[in-house]
Amino acid sequence: MGSAIAKSMLVEGHEVSVLDENPEAIALLNRGQDRSWEDLGGSFTVGTALEIDALLAAGIGQADAFVASTDGDNTNLVIAQIAKRRFNVERVVVRVLDPGRARWYAEQGLQTVCPTQTAIELLEAAVRGQVPFEGVSG
Amino acid sequence: MYILIVGAGKVGWNLARELVEKENEVIAIESSRRRYEVVEEELEHSIQYGDGTELWVLERAGIERADLVIAVTGDDEDNILICQMAREKYGVERVVARCNNPRNLQHFELLGVKPAISATDLILRLIEHEVPKYGLVHLLDLKEERLEIIEMEVEEGSHADGVQVADLGLPDGSLVISILRDGGGFVPKGDSVVRAGDEVLLVLDIGLEDSVTGRFSGIAPAASADVG
Repeated sequence: MGSAIAKSMLVEGHEVSVLDENPEAIALLNRGQDRSWEDLGGSFTVGTALEIDALLAAGIGQADAFVASTDGDNTNLVIAQIAKRRFNVERVVVRVLDPGRARWYAEQGLQTVCPTQTAIELLEAAVRGQVPFEGVSG
Repeated sequence: MYILIVGAGKVGWNLARELVEKENEVIAIESSRRRYEVVEEELEHSIQYGDGTELWVLERAGIERADLVIAVTGDDEDNILICQMAREKYGVERVVARCNNPRNLQHFELLGVKPAISATDLILRLIEHEVPKYGLVHLLDLKEERLEIIEMEVEEGSHADGVQVADLGLPDGSLVISILRDGGGFVPKGDSVVRAGDEVLLVLDIGLEDSVTGRFSGIAPAASADVG
């Protein structure tokens, strides 16, 4: 999910920095591109999200927007609050799979995005016939 | 007291056992099925299976009426979230969090989760208390006679700085036997003045080290009460 957002933001002309604990994750950023992620101007830092040094190295100090989209809800919720409260990043977006936590933290002022909730709503709408079927998708 | 413990690893299980013995009502929550089954044999109805960071699991365990929530999973993010939700969503007055990596203590603090207890940090602090940090050198240990001779530097701002030997207030069983200053040394009398930068040699009964060293150090002797 993170790599998809990173790629489209870079194409739009934003400066994009990706932090991942797995050095192999850069393969996702390179996939399907004619040039490598770094040749295209993106940055990539290896480190875990709770390491302040890694966040600083990835440039959190200059960030206008911060996306927390690791595969752990709790990691995302903690790191997003750090981005907001400690580094005063203006726009912070958090991926939270669990609808319960997503809702409550949204009420506390965090911009949470819950793919599970979105899927539930889409499925419901499709079952009710509210989504036109346009052939094979996804 | 009704106490909710999230995480039934070594810490959580032992805490649960002790707190049950002290006649508290205790529920532990464990997310590993295998671990849950082991602990359940002893704790029986006092343990529930589930992910203690999910709201419905916390609610099933009755978090709304908990007097104390203890988050002791092996994951710092989980412990932060559990305590944050306990306090802010469910109005639990007292929380205690385990911090696994002392570098994460700053995050607990930033998000208002306190007290956060880091075993690593506690041990580090105990080491600082236990290991003399006053530049103390053991010159001679006479084990059978139960005497030792030590050398210490007199630090600026210490109790001893500018004080006559007779007024050092050293405990019985200790004696300043020489002062090393400016490349030389002498055997002091009661009215010899000790100065910062001096090296003093003392003979003392074994066991007096702690009560002696603090007088020559610029740092106030640390009280054991400031741990935790």
